[in-house]
Amino acid sequence: MSARRVVITGVGVTAPGGVGTKNFWNLLSEGRTATRGITFFDPSSFRSRVAAEIDFDPEEHGLSPQEIRRMDRAAQLAVVSAREALADSGLDLSGADPHRVGVTLGSAVGATMGLDQEYRVVSDGGRLDLVDHTYAVPHLYNYLVPSSFAAEVAWAVGAEGATTVVSTGCTSGLDSVGHAVELIREGSACAMVAGATDAPISPITLACFDAIKATTPRNDDPEHASRPFDGTRNGFVLGEGSAMFVLEELESARARGAHIYAEIAGYASRCNAFHMTGLRPDGLEMAEAISVALDEARLGPEGIDYINAHGSGTKQNDRHETAAFKKSLGDHAYRTPVSSIKSMVGHSLGAIGSIEIAASVLAMEHNVVPPTANLHTPDPECDLDYVPLTAREHRTDAVLTVGSGFGGFQSAMVLARPERSAA
Amino acid sequence: MSTSTPRTVVTGLGVAAPNGLGTADYWAATRSGKSGIARITRFDPSGYPSKLAGQVPGFNAADHLPNRLLSQTDHMTRLALVATDWALADAGVDPTEVPAYDMGVVTASSSGGFEFGQGELQRLWSQGSQYVSAYQSFAWFYAVNSGQISIRNGMKGPSGVVVSDQAGGLDALAHARRQIRKGTQLVVSGAIDASICPWGWAAQLAGGRLATSEEPDRAYLPFDAAARGHVPGEGGAILILESDASAARRGAHVYGEIAGYGATFDPAPGVGRPPGLRKAVELALADAGVDAGDVDVVFADAAAVPELDRSEAEAISAVFGPHGVPVTAPKTMTGRLYSGAAPLDVATALLALRDGVVPATTNVDPDLSYDLDLVTGEPRVTEVRTALVLARGHAGFNSAVVVRAA
Repeated sequence: MSARRVVITGVGVTAPGGVGTKNFWNLLSEGRTATRGITFFDPSSFRSRVAAEIDFDPEEHGLSPQEIRRMDRAAQLAVVSAREALADSGLDLSGADPHRVGVTLGSAVGATMGLDQEYRVVSDGGRLDLVDHTYAVPHLYNYLVPSSFAAEVAWAVGAEGATTVVSTGCTSGLDSVGHAVELIREGSACAMVAGATDAPISPITLACFDAIKATTPRNDDPEHASRPFDGTRNGFVLGEGSAMFVLEELESARARGAHIYAEIAGYASRCNAFHMTGLRPDGLEMAEAISVALDEARLGPEGIDYINAHGSGTKQNDRHETAAFKKSLGDHAYRTPVSSIKSMVGHSLGAIGSIEIAASVLAMEHNVVPPTANLHTPDPECDLDYVPLTAREHRTDAVLTVGSGFGGFQSAMVLARPERSAA
Repeated sequence: MSTSTPRTVVTGLGVAAPNGLGTADYWAATRSGKSGIARITRFDPSGYPSKLAGQVPGFNAADHLPNRLLSQTDHMTRLALVATDWALADAGVDPTEVPAYDMGVVTASSSGGFEFGQGELQRLWSQGSQYVSAYQSFAWFYAVNSGQISIRNGMKGPSGVVVSDQAGGLDALAHARRQIRKGTQLVVSGAIDASICPWGWAAQLAGGRLATSEEPDRAYLPFDAAARGHVPGEGGAILILESDASAARRGAHVYGEIAGYGATFDPAPGVGRPPGLRKAVELALADAGVDAGDVDVVFADAAAVPELDRSEAEAISAVFGPHGVPVTAPKTMTGRLYSGAAPLDVATALLALRDGVVPATTNVDPDLSYDLDLVTGEPRVTEVRTALVLARGHAGFNSAVVVRAA
């Protein structure tokens, strides 16, 4: 096994509450929430009518009229985030072999907004079984295959190496970055632009989560609707967004004097092989993923200073992962701050794993742990330190961030200061 | 790569192809030049400019899967679950006897459970949101096949899903191999795709590469001067990938080794740099540690769009020399199966290795200006030890895999 170590040298975030990494961190560190009543369309026929929407004008963020026309919103968010990450890294790709620079982009649900809108037109409001293709937009194929999103990012940054979308449901944002790390470690790439995007706030998404009561019906109080680990939680709040990173090999990043946010010291993914949407309360498979990620990082449980939880705010999830933390970290789980930023930015499906990686490295950057907003009522089944309501100054050298999703995927990543995980 | 890195071998095949359901039927059809391309029967195609597709024949999901799974799955997931059952049986693997964390699932998808999605979109817009199925949340998304295969077979190891259009099928095999190299014993990999429904058809038509000929033997003609686009199909192949040590321990039959892989992405339009397929081939050969002269056959991507055929032929000639290696595209008998195409080509290459026969690119009268030794007409009987499989995806994805006799 190669000894190459992979670090994050650039961060770009487009999340509810404001475009750009700075706005994102301000929201988290101030404990504000960006959830609200849905404005993108009339949600009155739905059970859950709250979401974390981004006020996003693609033209203001440098996309041309034709780029805007051909890209689904999720691709637009990814391109804006990728450009921010590349600029932040200071990496000049013009001198690099472009075949050694790749892209991995996580997305759980692809061009949901584009497909939903276009289907409505070509089917004339669902009336036509044999849809009328002559009403389709010319770039409908880009919506059919979300690989088009990775293509847009590759074009935006000038990458010509291995490029793909990673789509493992709600762990996509962790798995995509984990995939990129593997490519650098094995020597297939010297740098990767990796992250995730999703823009699922569309009628079909609301309808399918309504059908299984996964999203919260707390419509009368949208700002406080996302309540991870709270005793009154009753479902997640749908969100949207993207986070992208520049990943490089540690020594070359040091050699060029790059700012290093964190090393991706460990990563693992496992499946529960149990149910497409259900979780066993014991969290054994997530615990296994955490243990393997810690081993890869050569850290013991006590090496973890902060846990960035999946914390979706469903009854079953928060219980499941609390059990997983206890199983994998033992008593240290009780001594470690745990928080869910979904309380503030909602759950953007495949994107959120990368957005949570961004939150994790920013926590390390500032030595501040973001809070779990809206956490007032203790739940006896969730008895860890979830950092309620307000951010906490806390020395943070290593972070565990986890994800859990439909299909049974359970992923864990350990981010650490390179000197901390040198072992 | 150190000598202790496990080699990745293929020990089981599960095939669902338009010209044959199951490996035996598919291989017999492919050797005899039998096509599965015909007028679409799944819906009435008469209102669309393209009317042909490769549909998997004789598949009755209820013969193979419980009702519980039928109600929650798209056609392509049903095919994938059954192909996985067959691949595991072919490999002689009983998943209940392998530790759960030692088995992973890595598949590719290009468009998810699109037909299921059409049905639920129709209910949403014609009846109302409360009529949308409780299964929509996971029957449509791209991760569905990996998730369902994992659940059905109790596989808890490292798993994944990649989406890179038609190139994704090879990217999945490469990612599966990565997990085996890191210590997982067995990974179910490959892809099955299908979006032959009116809604999928509208989206594919928008891609601008579908043939409009209504003659099944004249519609999909890669490397022919008459090439005018492709015919889509459904299906693909599921492969059981295993570490060589695991296969040896079980005394399993080994079809061959996934020996090399390379992937690139074409430069942005207008950049002026050359396309990346040649580089992907060179990376795959280097990864496998073989020279161009060692390759006995190339399974081409075969877009059947003149400029794409030209760029593929140039990449092959640049590496192997003009007429330097036999090239074939048996997908003229199945249509292009999106992410399912390349895993099916890998399965076909492994069968070619086993039987010493290269199936033909049917119907094609090669344009001589491509300088390719295209296997046309009858299958070519020849020893095959090493094969190269190519796949490209819309917008510039290039992937290449080298398979060789174990």
